[in-house]
Amino acid sequence: MAIIHARGLGKSFRVADKMPGLGGTLRHFFARRLKDIPAVRDVSFTIESGEVVGFLGANGAGKTTTLKMLTGLIEPSAGEVEVAGFRPFRRQAAFLRTITLVMGQKQQLIWDLPPLDSLRVNAAVYGISEPEARRRIDELAEMLELGEELRRPVRKLSLGQRMKAELLASLLHRPSVLFLDEPTLGLDVNAQVRVREFLADYNRRTGATVLLTSHYMGDITALCQRVLLIHQGQLFYDGSLQELTQQLAPYREVCCDLGAVYPPEAFRGFGELESLAGHRVRLLVSRDQLTGTISRLLSTFPVLDLEVSDPPVEEIIGRLFREAAVA
Amino acid sequence: MGRYLRTLREFWSSSLAIELEYPANALIELLSVLGNLAGSVVVLALFYCRGHGLGGWSWDEALVVLGIYTLLDGFTSTLLQPNLGAIVNHVRTGSLDFVLLKPIDSQVWLSARCFSPWGLPGVLAGLALIVLAAGRAGATPSLLTLLGTILLLLCSALILYSLWFVLAATSIWFVKVWNATEVLRSTLVAGRFPVSAYPPALRTLFTLVLPVAFLTTVPAEAILGRATIPWVLASLGMAMASLGLSRGLWRHALRYYTSASS
Repeated sequence: MAIIHARGLGKSFRVADKMPGLGGTLRHFFARRLKDIPAVRDVSFTIESGEVVGFLGANGAGKTTTLKMLTGLIEPSAGEVEVAGFRPFRRQAAFLRTITLVMGQKQQLIWDLPPLDSLRVNAAVYGISEPEARRRIDELAEMLELGEELRRPVRKLSLGQRMKAELLASLLHRPSVLFLDEPTLGLDVNAQVRVREFLADYNRRTGATVLLTSHYMGDITALCQRVLLIHQGQLFYDGSLQELTQQLAPYREVCCDLGAVYPPEAFRGFGELESLAGHRVRLLVSRDQLTGTISRLLSTFPVLDLEVSDPPVEEIIGRLFREAAVA
Repeated sequence: MGRYLRTLREFWSSSLAIELEYPANALIELLSVLGNLAGSVVVLALFYCRGHGLGGWSWDEALVVLGIYTLLDGFTSTLLQPNLGAIVNHVRTGSLDFVLLKPIDSQVWLSARCFSPWGLPGVLAGLALIVLAAGRAGATPSLLTLLGTILLLLCSALILYSLWFVLAATSIWFVKVWNATEVLRSTLVAGRFPVSAYPPALRTLFTLVLPVAFLTTVPAEAILGRATIPWVLASLGMAMASLGLSRGLWRHALRYYTSASS
């Protein structure tokens, strides 16, 4: 059953158009010129209950604006949106109890106090009884591997610990729809992995729906079966991550360990040479010529080991956006 | 209602915990309240020692007005400044997002989230001055007069709050409105003296445009047993109207909230 519907969603912002320099500043002060910038245009999609969907796009593509419309923070300029049966912008209490928004670059925890104090405030705001709040905090803290950190002032926590505490604060009311905007921003690789594992675990245990934006493809590949790609405010792709890679990358990466060292010219006619380092060579081979190329490689060179894989998703998506920008 | 009371308890206990992290503030604030109060008393004394009156108010009666001003100033430092002063920042940094996403009235959250105990010395000093000066002025308030005075004091607190909130709410459009709230706070200093002490033009301004008269003079008249029904009604009306204006404007303003970019 679909839990999120967006139909023809659009948002434009009125922004100041100021020329640089003192003259521009004075002109701007006395006669402000404004223009409408469309941030999101005609975006339509539905998300089923329990799905984990990745929301991808370059900076300024319209991801955060869309998330803000879905959470009811800003009113759409066009189109319709419905989340868990509610119109988000009305911000009814029942709707706000159903959702949560985690923003990697903003925090709700009180800076000078331990996270537990912020959690008590949240429990009161959501009307969660004290024993129940304690139980939920213990459960989530265990999943997030948080212990005495919850009793230390937030300003004394590492970025990773702070993010985990933010997640705890955002999930205390057991929301069934999670909007996560760059939840692993700035975290080191280990902390990223732990946050990902937690989110996957939370989704498994509660069946919550998750819409996630991230710049780290690792987050998307680890968590999302389906991705939405947004470019310059418009939906570019909606489908499985696997199909996306197949559709966008009509080639595969062939990596061989050879018994001897060969010059780059030796690999002419075996696809595109990606790298050559000592005995190891990496080639990009188009899918339709894959089997032929591999059998020729095996018969031409003393191949000790051979591995065929998809090129990294970052590269595919980066290429896609570059091509789209050119188009 | 129970949820709101529990929330308020958590709000204020966490604010206290933050403030108590910086205990030196307590001493500074206490000294500043006493200094301000002494300064105001000296200015007032300058008028009276030369035989001038202030708009027909005796020295002790004028001290009642000053007491109410000090009380309101303490209330401002305890609740208005820490909460309403933070709204501009919430809008500028986008942390208003977290407030809007909570299942609680956003105006209540923004108005009551913080509690600064450092304004309490002002509240106590104001109360002490009111009781002392009213006694010396020969006021013998009946229970009804006392209840009326409390009602009028609540009205003046409500008017002050609403005016400030309205200005802070405009930050949704103009973002930086610190100057406007500063202008408001300095204009309210006029409430240190009875409104009849001012020239007629200013008196009209302080009654109809910036309701300074309702903040200090009207409650002072009440405790001195001189309140008239029309003034009480006008004060009530002004309080209700300004509260209504603040709520209406806030709801309207949120439609224009664009949230800071990430």
